[in-house]
Amino acid sequence: MSKKHITATVNGDPAEFLTDPGTTLLDALRDELGLTGSKEGCGSGDCGACSVIVDGRLVCSCLMLAVEAEGRRIETIEGLAHGSELHPLQQKFLEHAALQCGFCTPGLLVASKALLDANPDPTEEEARYWLAGNLCRCTGYDKVIRAVLDAAAEMRQERRVA
Amino acid sequence: MGASLAQLDYMAPSSVDEAVKALMASSAAKVLAGGTDLIVQMRAGRAKPGAVLDLKRIAGAVGIRREADGGFVIGAATPGAAIGEHAALAQAWPGVVEATNLIGSTQIQGRASLGGNLCNASPAADSVPAMIAARAIAVIVGPKGRREAPVETIQAGPGRTTLGPGEFILEFKLPARPARSADAYLRLIPRTEMDIAVVGAGVSLTLNADGSVAEAYVSLGAVAPTCLLVAAAGQALAGTKLEPAALDALDAAARAACNPISDKRGTAEYRTKIAGVLARRSAQIAYDRAKARA
Amino acid sequence: MSDVLDRPDAKAGFATVGTRPVRPDGVDKVTGRAAFGADFAMPGQLTGRVKRSPHAHARIVSIDARKALALPGVKAVVTGADFPDLASEIVEGGEAASNMRDMAVNVIARDKVLYEGHAVAAVAAVSAAIAEEALDLIEVKYEPLAHVIDVEAAMASSAPVLHDHIFTDGVDPKPTLPSNIAKRHQFARGDVEAALAAAEVRVEGRYTTKAVHQGYIEPHACVASMSADGQAQIWSSSQGHFMVRAYSAKILGLDISDIRVTPAEIGGGFGGKTVIYLEPLALALSRQAGAPVKMVMSRDEVFRATGPTSGGVIHVRLGATRDGKITAADVELKYQAGAFPGSPVGAACMTALACYDIADFRIVGWDVVTNSPKVAAYRAPGAPATAFGVECAVDELAKKLGVDPIELRIKNGARDGVKAAYGPTFQNIGYIETLEAVKTHPHYALKLGPNQGRGIAAGFWFNVGGESTAACHIGEDGTATVVTGNPDIGGSRASMAIMAAEVLGIPVDNVRPVIADTASIGYSMLTGGSRTTFATGMAVVRAAEKVVGELKRRAAGVWSVPEDQVAWEGGRAVCLDPAKGDVKPLTLKGLAGMSARTGGPISAEVSLNAQGAGPGFGVHLCDVEIDPETGHVKVLRYLVAQDVGRAIHPSYVEGQMQGGAAQGVGWALNEEYVFDADGKMENAGFLDYRVPVASDLPMIDTVMIEVPNPRHPFGAKGVGEVPIVPPLAAVAIAVSEAVGVRMKDLPLSPPKIRAVLDAKAG
Repeated sequence: MSKKHITATVNGDPAEFLTDPGTTLLDALRDELGLTGSKEGCGSGDCGACSVIVDGRLVCSCLMLAVEAEGRRIETIEGLAHGSELHPLQQKFLEHAALQCGFCTPGLLVASKALLDANPDPTEEEARYWLAGNLCRCTGYDKVIRAVLDAAAEMRQERRVA
Repeated sequence: MGASLAQLDYMAPSSVDEAVKALMASSAAKVLAGGTDLIVQMRAGRAKPGAVLDLKRIAGAVGIRREADGGFVIGAATPGAAIGEHAALAQAWPGVVEATNLIGSTQIQGRASLGGNLCNASPAADSVPAMIAARAIAVIVGPKGRREAPVETIQAGPGRTTLGPGEFILEFKLPARPARSADAYLRLIPRTEMDIAVVGAGVSLTLNADGSVAEAYVSLGAVAPTCLLVAAAGQALAGTKLEPAALDALDAAARAACNPISDKRGTAEYRTKIAGVLARRSAQIAYDRAKARA
Repeated sequence: MSDVLDRPDAKAGFATVGTRPVRPDGVDKVTGRAAFGADFAMPGQLTGRVKRSPHAHARIVSIDARKALALPGVKAVVTGADFPDLASEIVEGGEAASNMRDMAVNVIARDKVLYEGHAVAAVAAVSAAIAEEALDLIEVKYEPLAHVIDVEAAMASSAPVLHDHIFTDGVDPKPTLPSNIAKRHQFARGDVEAALAAAEVRVEGRYTTKAVHQGYIEPHACVASMSADGQAQIWSSSQGHFMVRAYSAKILGLDISDIRVTPAEIGGGFGGKTVIYLEPLALALSRQAGAPVKMVMSRDEVFRATGPTSGGVIHVRLGATRDGKITAADVELKYQAGAFPGSPVGAACMTALACYDIADFRIVGWDVVTNSPKVAAYRAPGAPATAFGVECAVDELAKKLGVDPIELRIKNGARDGVKAAYGPTFQNIGYIETLEAVKTHPHYALKLGPNQGRGIAAGFWFNVGGESTAACHIGEDGTATVVTGNPDIGGSRASMAIMAAEVLGIPVDNVRPVIADTASIGYSMLTGGSRTTFATGMAVVRAAEKVVGELKRRAAGVWSVPEDQVAWEGGRAVCLDPAKGDVKPLTLKGLAGMSARTGGPISAEVSLNAQGAGPGFGVHLCDVEIDPETGHVKVLRYLVAQDVGRAIHPSYVEGQMQGGAAQGVGWALNEEYVFDADGKMENAGFLDYRVPVASDLPMIDTVMIEVPNPRHPFGAKGVGEVPIVPPLAAVAIAVSEAVGVRMKDLPLSPPKIRAVLDAKAG
């Protein structure tokens, strides 16, 4: 079986790679494009550590075939910061100590960005339910939710000022 | 990735004809919509298709449109998130939309579809009881052309459908909604999110001008080999205003229809009791919603 | 919401200790740059996969790997025959002791498989697809045997016997027949039967728990490379790379100095990564293939083949006077060890009554092997399940006596001067203060509504010290590097930087902590046992103090004064000699800049075996609401109060408290290993192994009590493990209150609760 050639946009840049049709987008991102920020925690869509955004939709990259990425716009954790300028979510995660081992953090950040894109002013409950697909075993989620709500407030403030 | 996955063929036709031809040519092919069941099964070695046929580039397979008569047509591969974002659909069919949006996590919602949820044929599928109660119609395409079938006729048993070779569901039709109509869906899971339904109950009803139930449809999930349309449960509500006696009758009819298994998610006895509880609660929500539209 | 409460005489003015700087490794972790176990690759590496037993218990009749070896692209296949047989040898591993012989057989089976998932062979190939195809080509013939998993069934004389070399230790006379009962532990004082008989009030209860997994989100992963001259490199995510080196050396019969292990970032461990599974396989494959081998477990393998903790039975009898003095306690524990001896039941016995001052007691613990994965440490190993039983019994006693459950604990609580059931006399503990803090917390005064219940429970953990090494190097520009050998699983780099900065008197941003590989820093015991801030922190402080001593010596030389005329204040050498008049202080930066001409580079390395670890106590308060028709439980409020000694970095101390509580909530409500009739795990994935998700939990309030440990330079006590000890009971008691029936069997899934309510009504 010969590999398929895929062209997509990843974090705003043109990307291309070869892949077997059975390879997941997660494996292609990690192994072909060297973007190891997205993690495999379960391989079955139950932990969210592989979260990426495809054409504006939050998805588990372990449950998408790499060949489906053809022509699509993909955002990963590596695209969240602008150069050395961290995204407010990243900054708040650090300030609130919303990570301990850090393994679930990329997925949580991507999912949180998708949340705030869809709903810039979530309640605590809305944030918790949106992020229910991102398992964290270290933090008990308290500081994560505080960081997300704080980042949301700061981003709303920035938009008012801008 | 399993050895079988290395040999997987991938097709992404852009028309129904192309898709049907490809399915007929490759008996080992499986249809791919969101992949949130199929890819899990392939990676676990429970499904070993030689090829996957991606529906998402076929015109009509993704998208939601309103018909002139007020009904809706939903592409079978439309992701749940898009269904949740459709204001008019959520207004007319809150039960269908909330059921669909209960499938998995936000990430799963970015991909999971009504077609996949139905044709994966898990008895615990969240969208199916709501779709059955809503009297949704599956529009099926295949080698013999187009046909329509009520959604409750599609599941044949766990993991099996009544679709023939080369057939797949292209879209779903939801009928025009009479005034004073609403639906609701509830499920019981051990956590607050992320679990497969231990029991699911969908209720859709229409009220008379005096607030009594004109007609009601009740569907249960995860209590039998397929999702059930429980005619007796709907009849128990007809003509009533959901008085305690009516709800008791509904509860009893729901429980009587159950034929569940005991597994790691719940015992048969528990599922049966909860079917009655959720049927009541779901009916009450649908009723209150319908009254609010009166 | 978090409060830090101090004992008035313990507060000291620190510049950096107790502040909340951003962790030094934080940016890498929020940008996806940090490299975890599976993120590393070596040129030319092969992919390794493991073939695992489908049987819970079976004899291996034969293994034929010829077809696998012949498959193009397969470079190596190993089985148990490729590994030396080790003699029985107990090695300490942080908190749990391991028998190397058993660990070696757990890594790859020899004549028997002892649980579904037990490794029987491994392959390395040029691609994952070929490696998996090769697994299918390895032909293993098994003779299935009867299996046993339930702990009491495994203790029965009719049970299938896993090992015919196990004759129960700790019973007299020693049995003549082998059994699954590896060991009987006992701690006792006085005459518990007489004291129980004389007691005015008694309670008795039998409690059960199921096996649960640590649930770290990162599966085990490593890359190993063995060159032709027998030198090995390993990249691996673990709680201790020196442990990885030591165990790999033993299992393969290599010299320790021939293995260099570089620690990856670790995506959670909680004790489950204090042992090894893949590294010896990867090394053996690499040796055979002549190429590096990368091995990553799937989630399914993590559940089926890596240690959960024990499920067990806890039987408690308490006796008390009518005015609430607990006079007698009898506790019997039966714990699953999994396929090899070594459940944490011994530690469980030691913690069982640690929160209490009771004159007459007996604690007996049984270590029982079962056809399930060998248990590994899980955060305060052994303590949570035992505390579940004991704390529920204490709660029952409080209800029977009509006294407030906190008051009962205060009356009987461990305090300074009390001789603990497990031996030492407590000093500088803050248990009573922690109870008082919960009693006066606004949460405790909140009224409950219908179908709601409240639970209070306490917990204890020893915390350990042990061997650590740290180095402190001063750069030419006056910034400092602190090097340790402990993987950072929860933010410990930040604490190391804070402690070094405090000693050196420089801003914490001028201190860079680094975790070095096994060849680049002296030996350190693993990250576990809540020891890192205490023991490695102590080594960091001593190394920084040595550096300060050297800096003072250099300044003394510059000023030509005796060394005792130099003080170190606020990051500067200050001249105390009055004869010298007004001498401008020398900053660390200044001294660093002139180091070459004052004697050379300024650095120090300290190795120590830290003694005097302070035990920790926690008290949790949990409110739940149940849906009486469905049995569904909602956690409304949760409070964690804990004696933390000194919170070096308060945010990460709070994080430990919240994380441990969350794991305990999952353990109480939904987590369990489900086995089918053939002994195969039915829920080996995160779909049906149900850890708490974000919407399952409320905010978790924390109260940190600081009763400093005088044996640590800044008073630190271990904090990571205590918080998982109370929640099982706190949640179970809350549910029991809401339901009106005492719940004694975990997990408290909705069907169980509904059944209890139906039985109560019917």
